[in-house]
Amino acid sequence: MELIYAIAVGVMVTCSVFLLLRGHTFTIVLGLTLLSYAVNLFLFASGGLSLNSAAILSDGGKYADPLPQALVLTAIVIGFAMTAFALILAIRARADLGNDQVDGKAIPGDVLGDKSVSADKRANS
Amino acid sequence: MNLLWVPLLPLLGALVPLLTGRMSRNVCAWSTALLPACALIIVISLIPEVMAQQLPSVHYDWVPILGLSISFFMDGLGLLFCFLILGIGLLVILYARYYLSPTDNVGRFYSSLILFMSAMLGVVLSANLIQLWFFWELTSVSSFLLISFWSNKSDARKGARMALTVTGAGGLALLAGLLLIGQVVGTYDLQAVLASGDTLRDSALYPAIVILVLLGAFTKSAQFPFHFWLPHAMSAPTPVSAYLHSATMVKAGVFLLARFYPVLSHTELWFGIVSIVGLATLLVGAYSALFKHDLKGLLAYSTISHLGLITLLFGLDTDLAAIAAVFHIINHAVFKASLFMAAGIIDHESGSRDMRRLNGLFKYMPYTATLAMVAASSMAGVPLLNGFLSKEMLFTEALHQETLGSMSWLIPILVVVGGALAVAYSLRFIHDVFFNGEPINLPKTPHEPPRYMRVPVEILVVLCLLVGIFPQFIVGDLLLSVGHALMPNGVPYFSLSIWHGFNIPLLMSFIAVAGGMGLYYQRRHLFAFQSQFAEVDAKRVFEDSIQWLVTKAQFVQSFIDNGSFQRYAVWLVVAALFAMGVPLLNMPEAAGILPQTQVDPVIVIGAGLIIIGSIATTLMSHRRLLSLVMISIVGLVVSIAFAWFSAPDLALTQLSVEVATIILFLLALYFLPQKITHLHLSPSRVVRDLAIAVLAGAFVGTLCYAMLTHPMTSISDFFVANSKTGGGGTNIVNVILVDFRGFDTFGEITVLGIAALGIYKLLAGIRLFIPAADSDGRSWASEKNPLMLAQISQSLLPLALLVSAYIFLRGHNLPGGGFIAGLITAIALIQQYIAHGVGWMRDRGDLNFQWFIGGGLLIACLSGVGSWIFERPFLTSWFDYFSLPGVGKFELASAMVFDLGVYLTVIGATLSILANLGKLTTTDRPVRSAVKGGHL
Amino acid sequence: MMHLPILPILLPFIGAVVLMFPFFNERPVAQRQITLITLLLTLVASGWLLHDSLLFGPLPYALGDWRPPFGILLLADPLAAMMLVLTAVLAISVSLYAAAGDDQSGRFFHPLFLFQLLGINGAFLTADVFNLFVFFEILLIASYSLLIHGGGRQRTQAALHYVLYNLIGSAFFLIALAILYRVFGTLNLPDMAAKVGDLPSDILPLARAGGLLLLVVFGIKAALLPMHFWLPNTYAATSVPVAALFAIMTKVGVYSMWRFHTAVFGDDAGELSLLGMNWLWPMAILTIVVGSFGVLASRSLRWLAANIIAVSVGTLLLTVAMADVKATAAGVYYTVHSTLLSAALFLLAGLIQAQRGQAGDRFVRARPLLQPRLLGILFAVIAMALVGLPPFSGFIGKVFIMQAAAESGYIWRVWPAILISGLVTLIALSRAGTTLFWRTQGLPSENDNKVAHSSQIVGVSILALSAPLLVVFAGPLTDWSMLASEWLHQGVQLRDLSVGSK
Repeated sequence: MELIYAIAVGVMVTCSVFLLLRGHTFTIVLGLTLLSYAVNLFLFASGGLSLNSAAILSDGGKYADPLPQALVLTAIVIGFAMTAFALILAIRARADLGNDQVDGKAIPGDVLGDKSVSADKRANS
Repeated sequence: MNLLWVPLLPLLGALVPLLTGRMSRNVCAWSTALLPACALIIVISLIPEVMAQQLPSVHYDWVPILGLSISFFMDGLGLLFCFLILGIGLLVILYARYYLSPTDNVGRFYSSLILFMSAMLGVVLSANLIQLWFFWELTSVSSFLLISFWSNKSDARKGARMALTVTGAGGLALLAGLLLIGQVVGTYDLQAVLASGDTLRDSALYPAIVILVLLGAFTKSAQFPFHFWLPHAMSAPTPVSAYLHSATMVKAGVFLLARFYPVLSHTELWFGIVSIVGLATLLVGAYSALFKHDLKGLLAYSTISHLGLITLLFGLDTDLAAIAAVFHIINHAVFKASLFMAAGIIDHESGSRDMRRLNGLFKYMPYTATLAMVAASSMAGVPLLNGFLSKEMLFTEALHQETLGSMSWLIPILVVVGGALAVAYSLRFIHDVFFNGEPINLPKTPHEPPRYMRVPVEILVVLCLLVGIFPQFIVGDLLLSVGHALMPNGVPYFSLSIWHGFNIPLLMSFIAVAGGMGLYYQRRHLFAFQSQFAEVDAKRVFEDSIQWLVTKAQFVQSFIDNGSFQRYAVWLVVAALFAMGVPLLNMPEAAGILPQTQVDPVIVIGAGLIIIGSIATTLMSHRRLLSLVMISIVGLVVSIAFAWFSAPDLALTQLSVEVATIILFLLALYFLPQKITHLHLSPSRVVRDLAIAVLAGAFVGTLCYAMLTHPMTSISDFFVANSKTGGGGTNIVNVILVDFRGFDTFGEITVLGIAALGIYKLLAGIRLFIPAADSDGRSWASEKNPLMLAQISQSLLPLALLVSAYIFLRGHNLPGGGFIAGLITAIALIQQYIAHGVGWMRDRGDLNFQWFIGGGLLIACLSGVGSWIFERPFLTSWFDYFSLPGVGKFELASAMVFDLGVYLTVIGATLSILANLGKLTTTDRPVRSAVKGGHL
Repeated sequence: MMHLPILPILLPFIGAVVLMFPFFNERPVAQRQITLITLLLTLVASGWLLHDSLLFGPLPYALGDWRPPFGILLLADPLAAMMLVLTAVLAISVSLYAAAGDDQSGRFFHPLFLFQLLGINGAFLTADVFNLFVFFEILLIASYSLLIHGGGRQRTQAALHYVLYNLIGSAFFLIALAILYRVFGTLNLPDMAAKVGDLPSDILPLARAGGLLLLVVFGIKAALLPMHFWLPNTYAATSVPVAALFAIMTKVGVYSMWRFHTAVFGDDAGELSLLGMNWLWPMAILTIVVGSFGVLASRSLRWLAANIIAVSVGTLLLTVAMADVKATAAGVYYTVHSTLLSAALFLLAGLIQAQRGQAGDRFVRARPLLQPRLLGILFAVIAMALVGLPPFSGFIGKVFIMQAAAESGYIWRVWPAILISGLVTLIALSRAGTTLFWRTQGLPSENDNKVAHSSQIVGVSILALSAPLLVVFAGPLTDWSMLASEWLHQGVQLRDLSVGSK
């Protein structure tokens, strides 16, 4: 079962990394979200996988390692905040730069590069 | 003690002119001269000690760890240089008072001059290697200020930059050399170093040390091939040239040679390098001097050549040569200073420095002319003048050395050639300027300078004569004491006298003089010959090479950083791949010893869903709505997985966050294109990215597998054991969150709060283009807030609030807690926005998220600080059980207050994020009025 | 005063939260006052911490009163305390500068500023891996929001890259963290340091992967090649005060490396000692090389300042790679120096920019400055210090590092890099200075509101003053650096800490 779990995580990472390397902000944020799922599973796994064991104290019984769970919970929340910020930054970027390319340069032929804006990223050029 | 004041007084003196600069010239000049004069008096008072070899010294600790201390000592060498620096310095101050024009900023000029003076004094008196370097660099910096004094002139700027760059580079080399010496000797105390010459010469680092130190010295004293900066430093005011290029700046280089002569010389390496470089400089300088039409240019190159001469003397393998070198240091300083001043006077009173126009000035300024001629003849090495004596000594030593082995015979000959050239350019200086016809259209008719402008020149010229006639009497003892500094084990006998009888050196002198006259007489041919060569302007060459460097750098820069995020990300991921991959490759077997749990169908299905979902998300990333659906499926399965692996809290959290995230994405899609019709994927790029992605997945997956299958011992048992007893809750995870590791949660809600603020900034004054229709041209639903939804959600709201309250309260003992409750409430409220529209909500009192977040964070913080009352650290929890009739036994825990803070913050943050974004879709945008001009 | 160690975190927190309330929305003066007061209090607390930690050694603080390694532990050792003081001084000068008006070019500058400070201080103080992650996220989200302060397309673009880039970094951080937890079974740093020596050999590769991944993550913060790309764009694009504040951000990355790769994976880490240092060497040197190219290539002062920071980070990483006591001490001193003065250069660039009209801070002929003398002196001091020319602080740091390198036998790796980059900086800054101040045409602009505001001058001056002060008091400062470094290398034993009664 550990193997299947690991494979699932691996595939998620693969897909998310591929998405991260694309040019559209939305796609990248999508990749980040997927990556955060994968990472959460990974972090969760650091405590080991335990089926049907108690999370709530009761008399006797084995307990899943609670620490990673707490960590993952915090990670999920922080991840949510970060995703939200990134998404809205993407909206802002489209508003300011006129397209949804991560480099702010509209790709010719891309119907979305409404007005082709070249991001003058360097302060001095 | 007194010694400390010698460099210190001028340092303080640097402030004086800044104060008196506004006052009259005389006041400023005299006040400036005051402190250096005192310093000079102190130096004189120290003479007896030095002569008696009772070297005065002071020492204060500064940075012990670096072996850097404030320590000075004065030996003969230091004494000599103090005389030169202070004596000529004072003369220059007097001279400058008349030279500078009313428009010049006298205060600034004097101040940098005195600063430079004290830096020089620091160099020659330092008893600590690092401190020596400290002052050495100070001379570079202050000379930069002096050379660039007329900063509006491009020449001045470029010349100053060049000098700074060259000497600065040398300074770095010197630093390296000195640190190496410190490493070898084990101390940075100069006197200790001077005592351990053999240690140095025997060490393996010796060659490196010599080369680095010599680099420092040569760049400073403008030795070939670093000589090019000096002529361009001539764009400085003439008093500066008179000071820097006679007695100080350039002499610092030869001082360094003298300083380390006892410990670094006496080896093939030293003699070889120093003598050859010196010789080359001597000839190059002398030869180029001949062809300069600019008065100061001629003097500049003659300076270079004389410094070469001195260097050569330090490079000859006889002790007397070193003595001669020191002697010539004195002589050159004296006559060169006077010559520069004379040149300044001529420039000042005739308005030109061009020797092609300056002619026959003798009848206009006979007195100055006489002085200049005396000094010039001393430069040429005419008997009865000091220049003659040291030159004689050079000739003598040139005959008695085997520096270059079998080629040593070359040296005397070349030296004579150099002498001849010196005579030639000195002749030219005299004849061209003061005789040779009439002046050619000078800006003003030349005349004698003001009385006191001549005084410094007179004093120096008199010195030339005195030293020339009574050498032993004037400088004999001084040279002897310097000799003690240079040759700790015995100074050889030397006699300074004008007449040594008819001998070869005398003959050489005659040849030199005769040859020089011949050269000058035949100069037309020489000039004709020289004119065939293209004139190279070192300044332009230098600037061009720097410019070339800059353009190349800019090319490299833009090559490395093309400003594309993809490249950045790829490098980052690749770095991570290395970090994970290399250890994995050295791992014999990923699987550990842990027994693996058997596969059950649910897991397989779940994993399958996740895998399919992820892949689908990737493939459909251009159809955004679809990809969104896919990724939400993945998220859903993940939360189920958490539940399956006995982590109910995680499941709940993941679920609620999932909902919020998806709402967010949907809203975002409203402003971002819903579809990419044109996918521009270059195949090579796809292959590259796929490769990277697959590797990343493989590595992370393997790590995950390895993690799962290796045993561990964790601190978690402690939490299980103490959750109830110490934390007062049976839901371990929640107790960890609000108690064991409450500080993490504290930080986590802070993040939420900050995110809300940041997102507010992002949305403030945003200029949106809101699509009237989706990408397929279908216009948005006309009915914004469907009635059905409105009714349902309105009736749902109380229920949702109830649920969240329940979840919140049970949190400590059962799955739930502030965070999840908060999210549920928030989503319920968001639903109202969706259902009724923003306006409807605002009428019912729009929630101000600032209050929620601020309040929540404050409550959380106070619940933590509360424990201080009980002398307990931040966030120490307290709980107890009470029982009320009717209610029964219940628990109160301070952690609940903390959780309340979490609850409120989560509501505030989530609402502000979603609501503000949502508002954008409607007519009323977020308060733009509050923000001026669409600022964030 | 048992709560001293947490004050540098709580004070900014309270200040920020108070400033979040709507009451302050339209009250700039009140905002500034509260910020300044908070910062001064933080400085006092940090100074006190430094004093105590130098006197009595590291000060532990067990949150929730749970004894380490089970609860979260704060550890204020001399190193952390020095960084806290440094940050406080920097923050005060920057906030003074911003108080001249930059803070009002958008909302929530002050709370975000204090949150930023909170995150940085937390990262310095915590001795817990996951808590470090949390504080990293705090300082990141705060920096995201500050980065876009003032608005403009350029900033949005820079922010987009910076944010997405760091989000990837955070993901890696979590992975590394998970691995380390699995390997060590603890999150507490001293606990890890105690356990690292006797890990079962079959799990060592995992530990390596975790440690190296962590090096990458900190490398992002420190702008270590090849994770350096974000730095110049970000620093040159954002508003002046924010850029100056960010001068400390790269140092957070280096500091974390000290905490992990020097302290945990230190000399007595057995198999894992000096983990990743053989990679850090070439990368650090390359960082210096690329940074030097950037320094030469710079076309404007802020761009130059950003690249100077890149070079200084590379230099700093050399001391990390050397990994012995004196090297770390040199690094600590150099950190203080380079942080304060590169920040000063950013602020000064802002003032110059304002007075040169269209030309801004670009290296072109332009109208003369309104206050050439004042700004000129400031520039001279700052530039000399950054180049490493006496009499200002740079040379002490340079000599310190070079000596450390010589004593640990790394002359050939360290000296050339430092000396050559120094020369390059000298060339670049002398060209910059002569152009900006002397290569002028026309008359200064009549527009008097361009004249530097007194609070701006004070802000820059505080930082510039550090150049001479760091030299005058180099004796004690270097001693403290040594002490801090010794404590870092020797570490603390949890059982010796008398904290946490539960």
